[in-house]
Amino acid sequence: MENSDQIIQYLLSGLSNGSIYALIGFGFAIIYNATGIINFAQGEFVMLGGMLTIFFLNVFRLPLITAIALAVGVSTAIGIVFERLAIRPLKNASPLSLVIITIGASILIRGAAMLVWGKDTHALPPFSGNDPLYLMGATMLPQNLWIFALTAVIIIASKLFFHYTIFGKAMRACAFNSQAASLVGISVKTMVLLSFMISSAIGSLAGIIIAPLTMTSYDMGIMLGLKGFCAAIIGGMSSGLGTVIGGLLLGILESLGAGLISSGYKDAIAFIILLIILFLRPEGVFGKKETERV
Amino acid sequence: MTKSQRDIIIFTAFGLAVMITPLLLRGNYLLNVFVFIGINTMLAVALNLLLGFAGQISLGHAAFFGLGAYISGILTTRYAFDPWMAMVAAALCVGVIAFIIGFPILKLKGHYLAMATLGFGIIVYIIFNETVDWTGGPSGMSGIPNLSLGPIIFDSYMTNYYLIWVFTLLTMLLSVNLANSRIGRALRAIHDSEVAARVMGVNVRLLKVQIFTVSALISALAGSLYAHTMTFIAPASFGFNFSVELVTMVIIGGLGSIYGSFLGAAILTLLPEFLRVFHDFDIVIYGLLLIVMTIFMPGGLIGGFEALAAAINRRKEA
Repeated sequence: MENSDQIIQYLLSGLSNGSIYALIGFGFAIIYNATGIINFAQGEFVMLGGMLTIFFLNVFRLPLITAIALAVGVSTAIGIVFERLAIRPLKNASPLSLVIITIGASILIRGAAMLVWGKDTHALPPFSGNDPLYLMGATMLPQNLWIFALTAVIIIASKLFFHYTIFGKAMRACAFNSQAASLVGISVKTMVLLSFMISSAIGSLAGIIIAPLTMTSYDMGIMLGLKGFCAAIIGGMSSGLGTVIGGLLLGILESLGAGLISSGYKDAIAFIILLIILFLRPEGVFGKKETERV
Repeated sequence: MTKSQRDIIIFTAFGLAVMITPLLLRGNYLLNVFVFIGINTMLAVALNLLLGFAGQISLGHAAFFGLGAYISGILTTRYAFDPWMAMVAAALCVGVIAFIIGFPILKLKGHYLAMATLGFGIIVYIIFNETVDWTGGPSGMSGIPNLSLGPIIFDSYMTNYYLIWVFTLLTMLLSVNLANSRIGRALRAIHDSEVAARVMGVNVRLLKVQIFTVSALISALAGSLYAHTMTFIAPASFGFNFSVELVTMVIIGGLGSIYGSFLGAAILTLLPEFLRVFHDFDIVIYGLLLIVMTIFMPGGLIGGFEALAAAINRRKEA
């Protein structure tokens, strides 16, 4: 294969991983904007999406689409339980307690998944076959197309939701100023719950569409979650275009780095980018600078 | 009796209990568990300086522990360093690293600080795994020499116990003193409000970096001790999970409480031994403990005991 072909190949796989990071980053941003919490358990919902789909597919022999719907439903339900039992009881908690609680939840979910499904990796069959497509000298699996298409659909849908529905607008109002929002009659509690529901649903969907490409196991959520967070940080914690670009950028840099430098350090690249951005521009590459309130 | 007198009495009693314990323990298995409790206590006390006193979270402390262990291991096995010299070199190296990264990292707060330290921890963990020529990669590094002092070689469970616990007690003594000093009060001021601390004339930025450095340095020392007593190290002991376990120890014991850190370290070291029957359940229980403790007992076990004692006192008076 020629060098330029190889680059295209890296770009393609980078874009496909990057789409997943963008989706996970969306989940982070939605909860962060509603509550100011960084949900360290975000990655576990990605894992749950993949594992639950495989579970419904293999154990109950359900058709793929039903299995996916059920998996998203169950993940969302777990998101609701998480918010009700672990987040809501903590009123006016310090960021430290919130970090610890969401880490606790992530360990709990991961541990429970390990007890239920074991430590083996599982594979989800691709949505539509495994015959590669050829594009400018690079090969692409149909699953890559599914990833691009579904990511675009989810992003457009959430854009429409946040801008054209009453719930979406209410959630944005809460993000902007939750006290003022509650004064005009918006139930902030409901919006927080909703943000956890939406972000666990999006997270689980991301886990489902990536599962056919990367095998799924109980501990896949940590790395994916952290990279999603990295995407959201690049995007300045917005649930908009910034995070999408952040995710794609991260995916491409990572795949180029892995291909051209060293595959062993693939995961380190994301964290080096994360540290550089946190050190130089903690408000994100696409975020607005904010003054700190005391 | 003043507070510092009381502290001296408590510390002496604790130290004596630690020194007598091995005489009461039967069998090497328990002794070995207590060696681990010692190492974990040292790490938890070190993390508590940062987390409990200054209120700054670190999800990457396992990296400092690992760096100490690996620097010690590499210097002794490849460059024929004396183990004590290697230990000093490792602690200094890690101290310098922590001081340098401390400035940009501790500028961050809350969630961002958590993520940055976590990122640092993972990068270091990846380096342990990937620099196979130096570290032996995922399969680890063996043949690290034991420490020795004159005719005593620290290679048995009993000698290791005393070696580790002397260092752990010194760490605890340092923390007790620090807590009662001007620096300790400044750190607690930072914990409560950085702005107020700054207004009172505390150099917040420098002090945070300094305590981060001290905490990392002690962790590196614990790492060196670990490497020289176990004689074998592998990256798996220094990953993200262990960083979280350290935070759990501090939280369970109680933020800012030195004996609480010991309690947390002891519980989290003993728990897997008891839970061995349930195999793999320990991780689920850590998660539950973290959530339940944060919601219902934010002061940790020590805070809980104090609240209980206060309640009993009130009842007595009534």
